[in-house]
Amino acid sequence: MPPTPATAEALAVPSPAAARRRARGWWRRLAAVGDSTPATVGVAVILFWLAMAALAPVVAPYAPNATDLAALAHTTPSKAHWLGTDHLGRDLLSRILWGARPVLVIAPLAVLGATALGCLLGLAAGYKGGWIDLVVTRACDIVLSFPVIILYMIILTHFGSSAWNIVGVLTLTKAPIIARIVRGLTLDLREREYVTAAKMRGESALYIMFVEILPNARGPLIVDMCLRTGYNIIIIGVLGFLGIGLPPPDPDWGGMVKDTYGMMMVWPHMALVPCAAISSLVVGFNLLAVGLREIGLRD
Amino acid sequence: MTDALLELQDVAITYATRGGEVEAIRRLSLRLEPDEALGLVGESGCGKSTVALSIVRYLGRTGRIARGRILFEGRDLATVGDAELRALRGRRIAMVYQDPMASLNPVMTVGRQLMEVPMIHDGAGADAARRRALAMLGEVKLSDPEAVMDRYPHQLSGGQQQRIVIAMALIAEPALLIMDEPTTGLDVTVEAAVLDLVRELRRRHRSAIVFISHNLGTVARVCDRIGVMYRGELVEDGPVRRIFSDPRHPYTRGLLDCLPTLGRDKRHAPLVPIPGHLESSSSRPSGCGFAARCVHVEPARCTVGPIPLAPIDGDAGHRAACVRAAELPVWSRRRAEAPAAGAAVASTALVATEHLGKLYRPRRGLFGRRRPGVRALSDVDLAAGRRQTLAIVGESGCGKSTLAKVLAGIEVASEGRVSLDGVEIGGLGIDARDRRLKRKLQMVFQNPDSTLNPSHTVGYAIGRALRRLRGGAPADAAAGVARLLEVVKLSPAMAGRRPRQLSGGEKQRVAIARALAGDPDVIVADEPVSALDVSVQAAIVNLLAELQAARGTTLIFISHDLAVVRYLADHVAVMYLGAVAEFGPVERVFAPPWHPYTEALLSAVPVPDPDAVGGRIVLEGAVPRATERPRGCPFATRCPRKVGAVCDDTPPPVQRLADGHRLVCHIPAAELQRLQRMIAGP
Repeated sequence: MPPTPATAEALAVPSPAAARRRARGWWRRLAAVGDSTPATVGVAVILFWLAMAALAPVVAPYAPNATDLAALAHTTPSKAHWLGTDHLGRDLLSRILWGARPVLVIAPLAVLGATALGCLLGLAAGYKGGWIDLVVTRACDIVLSFPVIILYMIILTHFGSSAWNIVGVLTLTKAPIIARIVRGLTLDLREREYVTAAKMRGESALYIMFVEILPNARGPLIVDMCLRTGYNIIIIGVLGFLGIGLPPPDPDWGGMVKDTYGMMMVWPHMALVPCAAISSLVVGFNLLAVGLREIGLRD
Repeated sequence: MTDALLELQDVAITYATRGGEVEAIRRLSLRLEPDEALGLVGESGCGKSTVALSIVRYLGRTGRIARGRILFEGRDLATVGDAELRALRGRRIAMVYQDPMASLNPVMTVGRQLMEVPMIHDGAGADAARRRALAMLGEVKLSDPEAVMDRYPHQLSGGQQQRIVIAMALIAEPALLIMDEPTTGLDVTVEAAVLDLVRELRRRHRSAIVFISHNLGTVARVCDRIGVMYRGELVEDGPVRRIFSDPRHPYTRGLLDCLPTLGRDKRHAPLVPIPGHLESSSSRPSGCGFAARCVHVEPARCTVGPIPLAPIDGDAGHRAACVRAAELPVWSRRRAEAPAAGAAVASTALVATEHLGKLYRPRRGLFGRRRPGVRALSDVDLAAGRRQTLAIVGESGCGKSTLAKVLAGIEVASEGRVSLDGVEIGGLGIDARDRRLKRKLQMVFQNPDSTLNPSHTVGYAIGRALRRLRGGAPADAAAGVARLLEVVKLSPAMAGRRPRQLSGGEKQRVAIARALAGDPDVIVADEPVSALDVSVQAAIVNLLAELQAARGTTLIFISHDLAVVRYLADHVAVMYLGAVAEFGPVERVFAPPWHPYTEALLSAVPVPDPDAVGGRIVLEGAVPRATERPRGCPFATRCPRKVGAVCDDTPPPVQRLADGHRLVCHIPAAELQRLQRMIAGP
């Protein structure tokens, strides 16, 4: 989490004791993750995929797009190809490992974008109220009332399908959900006495929104960000499956399913392996979210 | 000795936490005879609710009875099976909790909820159940029981809801009724009525009662015996009169000494707070748990081995867990020696309101009809001088918080004037006030849990206020924070803490330090102590009085607690439905002639003295809604001294008496005085 202005200011006068206390605080929070079984499993799954994605050039036995025509006779898992190959003789393991990279960049980036935009809209709507609230909530309703898949198809076919465009559409369609959550939290938090105290000493609306209110909304927001990352991974898979995901030939989990699901009856592993990859990563993020919620409730 | 109805023998209760098992109740034994009422008192966290919950085994998943026996009618509740326990709960043992709204099902009419009890427990038919429910509603003195049966909980007032809950508890004729802070959320006049009801029903139904409260006054009014708890142990128990006249445990004495009563004020009988605060149960020392805070402690004797409850003067009915119980000096209740007379010095008004009114106009929907506005304040004339405390009292909904908001600029007056040091501020919202004005008036809030931002450290909260209100470099702020923390008697090392690491009293001190950052002329304190334990409350009240004396700050103290107001205030305004009913120097307002509403409030205050005499006025009905203000006197619908149609039709005149004392009533002050002398006695 980025430091809030509050903590940044408190850090302005550095003292070794304070730094130690802060470090202990962070360590305690990490240790709390260890106390929750779902959170631990979730973190382990996510770390595994992060490591695989980062180390793909080293770990992957083949280049992702290299075809092994000899293997086409036996595409099923073998000593040479642990997870088998696809219908073009490309090593599935290598493609899965390489395919983790775009997913693990696009999904979190889109979540960060949606959170930033959603926080901005939600805070303004919840704190200011009046016509700002009206405009923001109606705009969010409009976006949310579209069948998202059709929206993705329209935007991505019009602007072309690239990593940045996918981040863009995900940000745009997820921000309203975050905005709703933040607005709801803000409506509650703005009635707290510390907000009145801030007004009484003449703080600006921006200060109150970002320093007094937002840090106290972070608990539910972080949980939601984890869930949202999982959902984004699914959507990236769906986009790939619909053929409007990342352009071929570079490996994309959703695209891999699309290319091979027709051969499901003969060579099920070709489609099932990328499906399993998507599921495991989504489950990882969900477990982390469940665990974080549990930890939040306990404190 | 007859068989006890309930007997706890050496009970220990533990809660499983992340840090291991925590003993909430260490070793507790008590007896309750049939149709006896036992009060359990103590500060929050002392384990009194845990005792109540353990009797019906509602300890949740983490709690367990680690040791001992809980005998109810000879059966050990700690070991009976779930089916047997279910048969007892609700039928032989009933509970009443603090929040009635949480005990009632919001989607069922109260009639059906009442009828369920006899239908489930006694297998009664619907008709019989309905008859019993109606009879019970009559017994808890709800007018028009037939109509009440068809209402949903949200259509009833808090006092009515609590009556329904009591009716539900008693309809099965339980042998034991457990009441956990049953009147804590209620207004003082409603509380008095509910307590009277409990006393009366107790006699009629012959149920034994375990009555849990933090308020010694309410316990004195209802119970025969009192048990004082501290850190999971019973430190003293005995008949209610003995406990109040001859308390032998230093903690009991401390509780009584720090309790503001109507006879105490800051000049004549200062409150004595208990030093220190309740430590958590996990780090319990050997010996007396109270030793660290006790003024009578003798290190060699008090910290060795467990200290059992021992009979006082050979009387097994009165026991105290103190090794020095027999040798402590004789205790006497602190009272003002002489009635204070005209101590308040007249001074020029620093804050004054003239004909102040506030009308909330609801926004009109697109197709909505124009709804009437809500008048929160009407024609309020008040003045507070320099170095003085103006207290504003009244029940919830009387407009006292709205007044605070208008003074603070959170709301803007719709009529009249508010002046602060000669400057008109009634029309200035907080954003329209310049820094000089903001510095002059700051606020202290009610809720210690929301007054400080949980994400910010104490040092940041105070430092930010210093910089915004005084300017200056961040480096100066650090020194300023330390200085302010010392002013409110906290260690400067607290600056690095976050609110969740502070106790309620500490949070409120930090909030006071924050309000002092701009060196204000006026502090508006909106119920600053009502969420705190009595011992902490005493310390905060004393701190406010001291700060005022040292800094010459004007304090506008808003409270529903007349005893605290009596203690702290120089001038008092009694408000009802947005209007001032009575205003004047504290000695005048608290002596006859009273406005009938003041009289009712005063008689409703639970007095921590079982021998307290005096006529009791119980107000009937509820405060009218602010949208339906009576045309004449706002208090006319509930006034026990109503003289006739004139009260309903004509707004009462303002009667000006000596010392700036004002009464707004149709009855002449001399007549009021004559009537009230008769019942008030000397």
